[in-house]
Amino acid sequence: MYRSLREAIRDAEARQLSLARLALGVESSDQGRPVEEIRDALRRALHVMRGAIGDGLSGDHRSASGLVGGDAAKLRNGPPGPLAGTLFRDVLARALAVQEINAAMGVIVAAPTAGGAGVLPAVLTGLADAKNIGEEQLVDALATAGLIGAVVAVRASLSGAEGGCQAETGAAAGMAAGAGTEMLGGTPAQVGHAVALAQQGTLGLVCDPLGGLVELPCVFRNATGAAIALAAIEMAMAGITFAIPADEVIDTMGEIGREMDVRYRETAGGGLAATPTGRRLARERLVQIKRS
Amino acid sequence: MVSLLDIIGPVMVGPSSSHTAGACRLGLLARNLIGGTPQRARVELHGSFARTGEGHGTDKAIVAGLLGFRPDDERIRSALEIAEREGLAFTFEKTKLGEEERVHPNSARITVERGDRQAVMLGSSLGAGRILVSEIDGFPVEVHGSYHTIVLVAEDVKGSIARIAGIIADDGLNIATLRLTRKERGGHAFMVIELDEAPNDEALRDIRALPWVRWAHGLVKVSG
Repeated sequence: MYRSLREAIRDAEARQLSLARLALGVESSDQGRPVEEIRDALRRALHVMRGAIGDGLSGDHRSASGLVGGDAAKLRNGPPGPLAGTLFRDVLARALAVQEINAAMGVIVAAPTAGGAGVLPAVLTGLADAKNIGEEQLVDALATAGLIGAVVAVRASLSGAEGGCQAETGAAAGMAAGAGTEMLGGTPAQVGHAVALAQQGTLGLVCDPLGGLVELPCVFRNATGAAIALAAIEMAMAGITFAIPADEVIDTMGEIGREMDVRYRETAGGGLAATPTGRRLARERLVQIKRS
Repeated sequence: MVSLLDIIGPVMVGPSSSHTAGACRLGLLARNLIGGTPQRARVELHGSFARTGEGHGTDKAIVAGLLGFRPDDERIRSALEIAEREGLAFTFEKTKLGEEERVHPNSARITVERGDRQAVMLGSSLGAGRILVSEIDGFPVEVHGSYHTIVLVAEDVKGSIARIAGIIADDGLNIATLRLTRKERGGHAFMVIELDEAPNDEALRDIRALPWVRWAHGLVKVSG
């Protein structure tokens, strides 16, 4: 797979292909598998994503610790805010839904990780359902997202323990922004700007879950990550460009991750996890898990 | 090489690709070593596995793997109760398997018994569901579970690799990689053979029939 978005965009433009088609072709030759087999696997992933969204929106799923759950339903059925009835609110609800299912040990697609699994399905299916975009275009979008994630994996990191939350929900926001932009008809160059616009907004984001559990703030970081992705799509589709290329923004994320103190890399030693309330809740909830 | 399907996947039971999906895969490999569900299992958890494993269902995930459930199987949630019904007696301990910088923070040593077979495996969950088994029965190995694998212990005799490679070829299997480790010259040699196809019973039977092979196991791939 590509190690640089600049090279992928250049090849896509030269061959007049979408990044999705380019990625599927490269994956096919890398892995020695037919494109249709890769599309089938992505289609299965899409069905699991939709299943998690459906379950999360309909039910009251609590995590083992009881720290999170039930908030996706509040966005769906609760009192209106300024975004009531919009695609934006729907996408936020979907992101919470997937992450609540994840925290409750339901089935999700780790894309790129379990902790950041809500962003991509929320943005892509939310956009597709609002704009009547079909399944095959969603499968294409997942391929584009996979290409972007692969570049982040080799240039920076996709692990909160290595790079903080900017490497999980931040990377997911970049993937969703780029894939969403292409799905809506954006060019490969616009995809690059969307990735850069999303990831610049999550640089420095720490991984500070209470008690080390993938619950709080992870569930909400997925919703805000989806919001950043939508903002980046809106700007890129309007023709806004970001002066620093996506590869360099991704490199910056990697550099910040390597410099980040270990307290902010999934150890529950700093950030929200180390606040007085964070420590108290973690202590109480971990006792509850042991009893259950 | 990074694959699209590593990024958009795996499909898994939450909440953590390292503490849940990876842990389940470690359990699956330990089960493979003894050819089925163990009657007894002792799991020693190290580092972050020990500290936050309960909240992530690491205990349930490892037991689920021992029962043969894959990372996307919803029965992981009730694996501890299912184990009781299926006669799998397990214990969990928190331990320090070595110095922090030498042992991966998400590591476990799993000791399993089934009938007269026993195996001890040291493995780590590297993140995003990827795993590494670094020790089997005291032998240093490198098994990622992303290939079908045959592991075997043999006396260090001349021509052993050629004989085993021949059997594997005769049984229609293709070798992807082969690694040999031995503790000392003339001592026991440990072979890890990664295959493109799942090892069949004939190949394992023929390898076990060699007089200088102490034991051989077929490990079906658990990821990728």
